[in-house]
Amino acid sequence: MKRYILFWVSLVLMLASLFLVFVYVPTEKEMGIVQRIFYLMVPMGWLALLSFFIVFICSILYLARRRDSYDALAYSSAEVGIFATTGALIVGCLWAKPIWGVWWTWEPRLTATLVLWFIYFAYFAVRSFAGEEARGARYAAVIGIVGFVDLPIVALATTLWRGMHPGGVIFSGGLAPSMLLTLLVSLGAYTVLYVLLLVHRTSVRQDEAFINSLKARLG
Amino acid sequence: MSFLKKALAITRKDVLSELRTKEIIFSALVFTVLVIVTFNFAFSASQETTALVAPGILWVTFTFAGVLSLNRAFIPEKEENCLEGLMSSPVSREVIYVGKMLGSLLFMLIIEIIALPVFALLFNLPVFSAPLVTVTFLATVGFVAVGTLFSALAVNTKAREMVLPILFLPMVVPIIISAVKASGLALAGESWGALASWLQIIGAFDAIFLVVSFWVFAFVIEE
Repeated sequence: MKRYILFWVSLVLMLASLFLVFVYVPTEKEMGIVQRIFYLMVPMGWLALLSFFIVFICSILYLARRRDSYDALAYSSAEVGIFATTGALIVGCLWAKPIWGVWWTWEPRLTATLVLWFIYFAYFAVRSFAGEEARGARYAAVIGIVGFVDLPIVALATTLWRGMHPGGVIFSGGLAPSMLLTLLVSLGAYTVLYVLLLVHRTSVRQDEAFINSLKARLG
Repeated sequence: MSFLKKALAITRKDVLSELRTKEIIFSALVFTVLVIVTFNFAFSASQETTALVAPGILWVTFTFAGVLSLNRAFIPEKEENCLEGLMSSPVSREVIYVGKMLGSLLFMLIIEIIALPVFALLFNLPVFSAPLVTVTFLATVGFVAVGTLFSALAVNTKAREMVLPILFLPMVVPIIISAVKASGLALAGESWGALASWLQIIGAFDAIFLVVSFWVFAFVIEE
């Protein structure tokens, strides 16, 4: 039941955000039509951070309480997270090409996102390298904690290293009201989508674990 | 025995076994010098390019040498089943972490103390300045703090030697960036003030990861 509500809320919000992005919001003056990528890139980046924050919390809970449900939640969240991180990187490249003239620059936020991607690649790699399911979960939880703690320092170091992102625009009120509305609706839509995906993925993951335990019992 | 005494006993054991086998320091040192020489071929080392690429070469070399020696920190323990012995001894997991960490720190510092003069000689650079030594020391502490944790983790996985760099390198990105930038400034003869913000990042990394690794280490080696 809850999933149906989530599904419909997500669908309506997603359609609303598409309408706002492609019909309602005016085209930006300097960058032109390509600026509409903004409403996809910011939510992707936000999802990456949100999902890895959930991984962080669930990893701590898993290590403390050792319940498989926490691990399933962390794993599912990391999966959505690495998807969002990949999306943010691709969309970032697509935007960088027309604006900065290159597909990739070592710009702080792109660099930090790339490092984030590598950290969560390690999160999955360590599970397959660990051999046993439970050991993999434990190691992944350690990566989930250490990786998230590392993020602010990565962000700090890359920002100090070099900078050219229009960082302050969103929060300093430089965004037109119509653009802000579109951004907020997009953020909301993707966040609800994240919760929906997380709920589904977690339950699939738990079913997988259940089937595996049945298989193990049958020998 | 106090916490530190117990940890130092583990460090002493590592130093003794290193003195007898000469496994880590000797091979890592030869490796370090080889990498520096190889880089010399890669960038035809004129005086101008040297100044440009030297900090990068220095830290790529130290990072690889660090991965190499950190890999050896737990593999012998595992192969001879010494880790079980350590874990069944009446010390906490944190003691094991600090003991192993101090051992690895010592080894890496020795490698650096010998490699820096070689580096200075081959590239004709002034490496013996207080800022550069400070940067090297602080960055090494950060490397080893995270590296010891992941080394203990990697040793229980299938592809041991491959796993450590995959886990370790993305985590130490802030250290590598800061160390390269700060040593570049130090080699250019800048004052402490110019280095301050980089040293702060390295210092913050060290403090955070000493604490975090200390707390999560127990979860890595249980079993």
